[in-house]
Amino acid sequence: MKIAVASGKGGTGKTTVAVNLALALDNVSILDCDVEEPNDHILLGADIDEQIPVTVPTPRVNMDSCILCKKCSEFCEFHAIFIGKKVIIYDQLCHSCGGCKMVCPTNAIYEIEREVGTIYVGYKGNIRLVYGKLNIGEPVATSVIKAVKKYANPNGITIIDASPGTSCPVIETIQNSDYLLLVTEPTPFGFHDLSMAIDVVRPLGIPFGVIVNKAGLGGFDYKIRCKELDAPIVMEIPFDKRIAELYSRGAPFVEELPEWRERFQDLLARIKREVEVID
Amino acid sequence: MTKICVTSTGPTLESQVDPRFGRCQYFVIVDPETMQFDAIPNDAASAAGGAGIRAAQTVSSYGVNVVITGSVGPNAYPALQSAGIRIMTSTIGTVEEVVERYKQGTLTEIAGAGLSHLGMGGGRGGGFGRGGGRGRGRGRGGGW
Repeated sequence: MKIAVASGKGGTGKTTVAVNLALALDNVSILDCDVEEPNDHILLGADIDEQIPVTVPTPRVNMDSCILCKKCSEFCEFHAIFIGKKVIIYDQLCHSCGGCKMVCPTNAIYEIEREVGTIYVGYKGNIRLVYGKLNIGEPVATSVIKAVKKYANPNGITIIDASPGTSCPVIETIQNSDYLLLVTEPTPFGFHDLSMAIDVVRPLGIPFGVIVNKAGLGGFDYKIRCKELDAPIVMEIPFDKRIAELYSRGAPFVEELPEWRERFQDLLARIKREVEVID
Repeated sequence: MTKICVTSTGPTLESQVDPRFGRCQYFVIVDPETMQFDAIPNDAASAAGGAGIRAAQTVSSYGVNVVITGSVGPNAYPALQSAGIRIMTSTIGTVEEVVERYKQGTLTEIAGAGLSHLGMGGGRGGGFGRGGGRGRGRGRGGGW
């Protein structure tokens, strides 16, 4: 079963939820798909054993056969090829669809494997952690996210941590998940971005629940807002000094506050019930 | 025949120059001898990405020799260069006015991509400087 953790707004506690959930359940895989800023490994304290490069097919042109017909450049939706007196390929705009190669009438286009990021695999006890890191300057995060997602455990539970926002990397991360936890904070900003995230999730048909982190902070009535959004609250993590202190030391709070271990286990039971009903 | 492409906010010779290359509204392609022109809407203006490259492809497909615009981004610059198109800068005036300035030789060629804003400043400064110099030279010659 794949449980994704996402949020509209950044800094609401995705990493906190993903890592504490993993530690409470034990014997799970955790995939950090926030490839532009992965940090689950820091909070989890995992030792990295393996590094694997991520490559993407990128076109190259054999100028002996190219007739500068521009068919590839006209085909490319991302404008990654320019045909002047020679051919310019903009690697970083390429989405590796292979279309240019298909439309080339003289078979002048071939593909090379270009490195765009790295996968890191490690363990913390029985928890397997996999995260990806997109190379600096590379704009297409989804290639690395896809590579990280290949490490999902087909038999056990996989927790998938998304990047903040509601754009392509988030959709790539959460799609085909069995359940989605949307982490928010009880502020107008948190709920504005939560409602955007819900708008993205609903068409994907993934059942979801809201985790309100720092519940009790400020006077925002998140319960009413969640009702309006028809979004069930599945957990409230209070705005609690002990939790904040543990976080500031980089210590996942389930390790120090055993009652939370049970709450996360109860959450899994609830998720399982909901996913089974749908199946 | 030289074909000059001016990035423009509108489809006429009276339209103001659009200082953006990739996301300008129109390309007005002018024959400087006859001042006959064609206005081509820039379909890259609302592109999600790679607008400069798409715009360069459009311009080069019309066989343009010179582009007059405000600045050119780091993707469009090598594209225009590879197509053998000269890039001159001008950020203010109508299409007609900048073509006149081109004919008088008072426009400067862009220095490179990523220096687009510096290029704009340098272009204007250089133009005035040279004008002043020539004027003084003539004055002295006439007196002696």
